[in-house]
Amino acid sequence: MTNGSGVAAVLAAGIGAFTLAVLAVATDHIVALQRLMVFYKPTGPLSGVTTASILIWLAVWVGLDLRWRHRTVPGGRTSIIALTLLGLSLMLTFPPFGDLF
Amino acid sequence: MEITSRGLWTAIHGIGFGALYLLACSGAVVELWRRYSPKVLVAASASDEAFLRTYLVVMTLLAWYAVLSGAYVIYPWYRASPPPGMVGLAGYPQRLLMSSSTTVVWHSLGMEWKEHVAWLTPISITMACVVFLKYGRRIKDHPQLRDTVVCFVVVSFVAAGIAGFFGAMLNKNAPVEGGHTIRLVHGGHP
Repeated sequence: MTNGSGVAAVLAAGIGAFTLAVLAVATDHIVALQRLMVFYKPTGPLSGVTTASILIWLAVWVGLDLRWRHRTVPGGRTSIIALTLLGLSLMLTFPPFGDLF
Repeated sequence: MEITSRGLWTAIHGIGFGALYLLACSGAVVELWRRYSPKVLVAASASDEAFLRTYLVVMTLLAWYAVLSGAYVIYPWYRASPPPGMVGLAGYPQRLLMSSSTTVVWHSLGMEWKEHVAWLTPISITMACVVFLKYGRRIKDHPQLRDTVVCFVVVSFVAAGIAGFFGAMLNKNAPVEGGHTIRLVHGGHP
């Protein structure tokens, strides 16, 4: 069994997490984006940030899986990229760090 | 013994979904690490595989229920704006926290971190669950993939832990209360 599907899932998760963190920081700083991200008014911009991030994550996942599912891809390098993105996401969601931007 | 409907929802979100997820994390990490290592002498059986599949599916559901109930049920109550001229802010937890320098950081750090970091949990565990559903016992043939999946599950635990800690502290300092009062147990005579 090839590792393509698994690696696609891992990388997509890293990209999804990073997308959420970047959108969260951007929304905090850009007023126009705050208004745009209000998908559900009682929840405010959080509704748009999370919904958009999840949609992007799922779209990237489907795309990568279709591309790699029957292939063996370099798992080590991709895992490092995915874990780096996940680590950056954790840092960016930490408000004192996110406020640096 | 009474609880308000909003207090009950908060308890379901934090304890029913969040704390249960945190408790389940150690089982997932240990099972993935020990039983699906390429060095393991006794291979996992079909029933072991089925157990972990069910376990990860349940964890995934818990993670999604936690973030969705948090963002779409409790968070609106938390961030509700008081009407002009309102003096007592007990029914408006965010504004209550922001009204004092001794509590504002619970919001500006605690809630501002919690509301985003928590979402790393369902993303990570959904990935781990789907990978294991697809590969099952064959994941031991892909050690790098297995190791990365375990790392994501560990990070999901950290993210859920941050959200859970600040959720508990926020509710301690500015409880989300209101709605119908539910009487759990009738009080006796003291």
